[in-house]
Amino acid sequence: MTATAGTDPKTAAALATAARAPARDDHSEGMSYLESLPRKTVTVYMPLIVIMVVLLFPFYWMVITSIKPDQDLLDLHGGNPLWVSEPTFRHVYKLLFESNYPTWLWNTMFVAVCATFLSIIASVLAAYAITRIRYKGAQTVGGLIFLAYLVPPSILFIPLSTIIHFYGLFDTPFALILTYPTILIPFCTWLLMGYFKTIPYELEECALIDGASRWQIMVKIIIPLAIPGLISAFIFAFTLCWNEFIYALTFISSNPNKTVPTAIVSEFVDGDVFRWGSLMAGALVGSLPLVILYAFFVEHYVSAMTGAVKE
Amino acid sequence: MADAAIARSDARPAPGEPSAWQQLKVNRNWLGFWFMVPAMAFLVLFLVYPLGKGLWMSFTDARIGREGRFVGLENFEWLSDDSDFIRALIFTLVFTFFASAVKFAIGLYLALLLNNNLPFKAFIRSVVLIPFIVPTVLSAVAFWWIFDTQFSVITWGLVKLGILDRGSPINWLGDPFLAQCVVIFANIWRGIPFIAITLLAGLQTVSPSLYEAATLDGASKWQNFRYVTYPLLTPIIAVVMTFSVLFTFTDFQLIWAMTRGGPVNATHLMATLSYQRGILGGNLGEGAAIAISMVPFLLAAIMFSWFGLQRRKWQQGENND
Repeated sequence: MTATAGTDPKTAAALATAARAPARDDHSEGMSYLESLPRKTVTVYMPLIVIMVVLLFPFYWMVITSIKPDQDLLDLHGGNPLWVSEPTFRHVYKLLFESNYPTWLWNTMFVAVCATFLSIIASVLAAYAITRIRYKGAQTVGGLIFLAYLVPPSILFIPLSTIIHFYGLFDTPFALILTYPTILIPFCTWLLMGYFKTIPYELEECALIDGASRWQIMVKIIIPLAIPGLISAFIFAFTLCWNEFIYALTFISSNPNKTVPTAIVSEFVDGDVFRWGSLMAGALVGSLPLVILYAFFVEHYVSAMTGAVKE
Repeated sequence: MADAAIARSDARPAPGEPSAWQQLKVNRNWLGFWFMVPAMAFLVLFLVYPLGKGLWMSFTDARIGREGRFVGLENFEWLSDDSDFIRALIFTLVFTFFASAVKFAIGLYLALLLNNNLPFKAFIRSVVLIPFIVPTVLSAVAFWWIFDTQFSVITWGLVKLGILDRGSPINWLGDPFLAQCVVIFANIWRGIPFIAITLLAGLQTVSPSLYEAATLDGASKWQNFRYVTYPLLTPIIAVVMTFSVLFTFTDFQLIWAMTRGGPVNATHLMATLSYQRGILGGNLGEGAAIAISMVPFLLAAIMFSWFGLQRRKWQQGENND
């Protein structure tokens, strides 16, 4: 609709005013009719295309590598390496049926789902208490939780590894299920606090007058209203779990207990060049669940990302 | 007002003298405490306690399987003479500085581009975010393959363009300087989407009427950016860049998946060095000391963020909420 802007200033301006009425969350088209198409091509489309190509090339290369036969992988100058003439699914087959990959995928999924659920439950309670119960020192606790968000795993993994050993959790999924929430809770709490603040107090007052307890208010009123926030928190937390590397590398040692990211780095890499295909297929299949999840919930994902920053 | 109303209803428990049990259930502070228990339990057990323990361990000579003795500042003194550590520290700073600066520049540029009226805008925006969604390690593995010495597609491209001779492949990840450039590039690649999308969200809150007014007053494109966009965006830039600097400074996965600190320790960041010494080498005390040395830098970044946030509140005329 707005792509026609610039062909003819007058009609474009008319179009722009006409187009303003339908629901658009973006009101920035105010002066765009001042830009001509050739000008826009040079200043906007070209740089955009260059950046997009650079951003997406590694994925293209991953896909191409994972369906290329071995001999083509090692012979760059034979044909055009950017294209596959005889695609093969041998790498993917090898990955799924001749390695522990399904187990690793299952581990990652299990750990991510459990850790995310634990964190969301803890975060809903904490965020509700901070924004609505407003006990003494709630503001301070909110600030401290924000600080906890800024503590990176890279400075915690060494002491945590001794603690994990001490609790007897080493090399079990519970080592990860219990440590991941330290990354997720601060983030989710902060995000949900933002959502809870937008829910009008009056609803809560009505419920209090009708004799509802705090718990009932939270479960029956606040949570149903904050579902979009919960979805955002869930998706973002799930992605973070799936992505986590340093804890999984430190706390898990045996092959069948590994998660996808650690397994990819340690199990396929033995200096054997012939495994590049499987390695790329592994990386691709490992990213696929996240990309699919993301494709369905882009808006939630973006709002989680920007919400956590803006709040 | 609303808060006061709720407070009043809270302060009026069941008729008669409230028992201690009633107090625990109704009193606002106790109620808040019960709600906070799960989150606090996690954070204290697995965040605060390890943080304290890490600080303690950095003053001991703990090894794997053995509690350490207190050795004072010995670990830090030893590290300050260790050329590998100094090298890692310097590279971490250089890495953070260059990666963050370029990420910010390109990220802001991309955000401004995406803020134009584009066909398929939502689609483009979601595609741009993909490098951020895909697990870092997995994309790092892709970069590892792209920059493989013998079979690098970049080398192939340079040969095809006639820039490079076919017989002399570039040793991307084998040459210390090139390896450093490659990991910085990979980090930039991975970080741009986050910065671009968050800044774009900030840009979309800027009312277009401001630009219209500025343009009527004769402002050029650059002046529009410099005097309208930039000041309104400063607070969000401060926050986003703090996060970016923080996560770049403590990066681990990218380096570990691509180079493991090699060649000749040229690409070690403090986090990877700490892993190598502490977990692989078994010197937990020394590893913890390296990790703790990151804290002053992180604190500096956090202070920066705090002032950024203060400024934001002041700008919006909000009170402390």
